[in-house]
Amino acid sequence: MTIKEVRDILRARVLCGEHLLSQEVHSACGADLMSDVLAFVKDQSVLLTGLLNPQVIRTADMMDMVCIVFVRGKLPDESMIELAKSRDIVLMCTDLRMYSACGKLYKGGLVGLEC
Amino acid sequence: MDSLHLHFDIDGSDFTSAGEAASELKRVLRQLGFPPEIIRRCAISMYEGEINMVIHANGGTVDVYIDSDEIIFELIDSGPGIADVELAMQEGYSTASQEVRDLGFGAGMGLPNMKRYTDQIIVDSIVGVGTAVFMSIKLE
Repeated sequence: MTIKEVRDILRARVLCGEHLLSQEVHSACGADLMSDVLAFVKDQSVLLTGLLNPQVIRTADMMDMVCIVFVRGKLPDESMIELAKSRDIVLMCTDLRMYSACGKLYKGGLVGLEC
Repeated sequence: MDSLHLHFDIDGSDFTSAGEAASELKRVLRQLGFPPEIIRRCAISMYEGEINMVIHANGGTVDVYIDSDEIIFELIDSGPGIADVELAMQEGYSTASQEVRDLGFGAGMGLPNMKRYTDQIIVDSIVGVGTAVFMSIKLE
């Protein structure tokens, strides 16, 4: 699916990277522990998280992820948005909780990766 | 290809900037045309190393040597040292503070992740003196 479809499924608000919404994404992961995200080197395009700090953006950057979704209505500050812009990463936020957000995307066809 | 040497000073006072050096390394490796998987393994290993230096050792230095057949990392700090290196290499073992855990790290995955993505890792540490981590990633 495209990042735009991720936005629509999660009824999310895009905070930066609007010009990247047509990009295709093929897998996702949900985590609040960044070292867990870093433990799987395979391609994952979307990160769903309830964690709010610049290391979320840096972790996504290291993993070549193209989109971060903040769940539970959490909003990153301006410095995080600027960092994401400089790395061409889409940021969006949804009011959904982690389990529901992941479930909706999975049901919509965006799978996770097997270990 | 001639060996290329990169040096980074890691600022231990600012958790926000941890990862800048790994980001810069990633940019250089991409410019040099390395395959994405090699770049990601290098970036993650160095990023976890940087995070460790910031949360445990008040910063340090990283030297990266890019050779024709391998990429070598030397991470040196003057932090408190690791009392039991074998224990520190086990997933889940951590001495990090709650504050660091709240930031999404400090779950005892740093050194194990560095081991996972490198072909060789040597951790040399003296309590009260500091820690040196040597890592190598082979280029096929």
